[in-house]
Amino acid sequence: MNDFRANETQTRLRPESGELLRIDDLYTHFSTALGVVRAVDHVSFSLDRGERLGIVGESGCGKTILSRSIMGLLPRRNVLRGGSVVFGGAELTTMSLKDRRRIWGAEMAMIFQDPMTSLNPVIKIGKQLAEPLRVHLGMTKADARATVLKLLQDVGIPEPDKRLDQYAHELSGGMRQRVMIAMALACGPSVLFADEPTTALDVTVQAQILDLIERQRRERNMSTILVTHDLGVVAGHTDKIVVMYAGKIVEMASTGSLFGAMKMPYTEALFQSIPKLEQPAHTRLVTIGGRPPNLIHPPAGCRFSPRCPYATDACTTHEPPLVEASPGHWFACHHPVGSERWHEVSVRRREVA
Amino acid sequence: MAGTGDAHLRDEALLSVRDLRVEFPVGRTGLTVQAVSGISFDILAGETLGVVGESGCGKSTTGRAILQLPAPKSGSISFRDQDLTRLGNDGVRTLRTSIQMIFQDPISSLNPRRKVRDIVMEPLNIWKIGTKEERLARVNKVLEDVGIDPDIAADRRPHQFSGGQCQRISIARALVLNPSLIICDEPVSALDVSVQAQVLNLLEDLKRDYDLTLMFIAHDLAVVKNISDRVAVMYLGKICEVASPDALYSSPAHHYSNVLLRSIPVPDPTVVVERVEVAGEPPSPVAPPAGCRFNPRCPAATDRCRSEEPTLREIGPGHFVACHHPLHGGEAPVSVRVA
Repeated sequence: MNDFRANETQTRLRPESGELLRIDDLYTHFSTALGVVRAVDHVSFSLDRGERLGIVGESGCGKTILSRSIMGLLPRRNVLRGGSVVFGGAELTTMSLKDRRRIWGAEMAMIFQDPMTSLNPVIKIGKQLAEPLRVHLGMTKADARATVLKLLQDVGIPEPDKRLDQYAHELSGGMRQRVMIAMALACGPSVLFADEPTTALDVTVQAQILDLIERQRRERNMSTILVTHDLGVVAGHTDKIVVMYAGKIVEMASTGSLFGAMKMPYTEALFQSIPKLEQPAHTRLVTIGGRPPNLIHPPAGCRFSPRCPYATDACTTHEPPLVEASPGHWFACHHPVGSERWHEVSVRRREVA
Repeated sequence: MAGTGDAHLRDEALLSVRDLRVEFPVGRTGLTVQAVSGISFDILAGETLGVVGESGCGKSTTGRAILQLPAPKSGSISFRDQDLTRLGNDGVRTLRTSIQMIFQDPISSLNPRRKVRDIVMEPLNIWKIGTKEERLARVNKVLEDVGIDPDIAADRRPHQFSGGQCQRISIARALVLNPSLIICDEPVSALDVSVQAQVLNLLEDLKRDYDLTLMFIAHDLAVVKNISDRVAVMYLGKICEVASPDALYSSPAHHYSNVLLRSIPVPDPTVVVERVEVAGEPPSPVAPPAGCRFNPRCPAATDRCRSEEPTLREIGPGHFVACHHPLHGGEAPVSVRVA
């Protein structure tokens, strides 16, 4: 009953260590009445088994669409997509819907942002949780119920036997998010996508949920992909971070290296705009002027250039490539943090302030 | 966790709230939600009071009760020496021109079918202030001050703006009558960090330019620290700690404030925050626990906490705490019991 790896295909798809997921030149464009929206534009990265990845950016930068593109959870109509997603040696982008269904829930699972609307309000919690177990692992009703009980205990829900027969509206927001996590973990996936899992929750509950995801990841040797706009959340809960802007990766590095030496002015600006506890009250916050660009007609050159304080003419005409500046640290910028231009402008900005 | 006690109140306040109680009936069960259970606080002219707490602690209800939306069950709210609870409908309506509110969701708090100019001008029309030209000039000035170009924006409707811009328009609407107090109910929690910083800076600028006093309600402690002159921490309808932001954040005295502070994710992977484990979630405000309301989750709770409700007392200059066994400042003296 506890042997989640009983299924033949599962053992084949999940290496116990090393590379688990490779995304290569992935793009997702939507054709709309106004033009083609380049929501995810040629993105590549990889994820190892057990690794914790964070995807960061403002709303509308394509981070949610990226995670959905990896899983293949996109509408069929009016979507142009390409590139490859290799999961445990299998190419997902060309896989049939029937085969992908076998992977969703069992191999890759997702926790959605809003626990209030992601649960079915008219089906009891126990039945909703049992569904993936019955479908993917072919458990009997009684076995599934016993497993669900254990799952609810694992995610720290008090009185789990009582909760099984309750409906979503009878639980608080934090409890509902725990149920969502239990549901995602039910079949023992090797990759867990968490799309803004704590945005709708209070700080104390947020800390509990993030700790819970971390504990489950360690116990199950799972990889996690944490999608969020909050640099504070990714700092403590990831090994590697991908910073996205306007559908592209603009910086990618290990968490330590990113926070220790951020290169891309966009990452720097995101970081500076967070009010920090160690600053005295009434500290003037550094802001990013303007807002993310329209993805139908993204700016020429570097897409961040219209909002970037260090931008020069070259930035508006030549798009900087994503290059590996030091081992494992990638960024796409002509005038990164620490460059001559950066120093020059920073001094001037400090004088003005 | 009592909000009872008034040791922290000052004379000469612009707004002074005493023993405010707000209750809501629960369906037809005969039970009541005790959303706010006897809190007192005051705000000096030109001050920013931050109010923090988890959802359901009564912070928004407090803000709305000041404007009599709905009228509180008991307590007094005096604004410039007038008691809002006794003014009657017309009096409250007049006074509301000096107390304005900004809401959390900027998009749904603007009427989608009206043009930005009409939205911002409506308060002037209602109060018949100035001629048409004067009103127009006033609207343009206020829009400019919040960073919206009136020539481009005035004829557009709210859906043509981003969340941050809609929040700026809401702020313009609140400012147009030249209020002295603005109650901001989670004004930045629906916004991205980059936009949040812009709106926070804007509020600081406007506070200076328009001589404003702010009550800033939020659940994000870092945001509240940035903008406030004084912070009140609420839990389950009570105030547990009142202090200057620097004192509160460097040395919280109440165990709940400490838990809140240590739950905040720090944007620095090298910092390991020593988390204080706190069990579960806040209890139901329908049947709040006896004694200190935080006692079922508090790591330092004793029998005294389960029976006797602590009152606010001063443990340092301007630093007040309602706790029998605070983290610093000494044990509460065994004193007169508060029911």
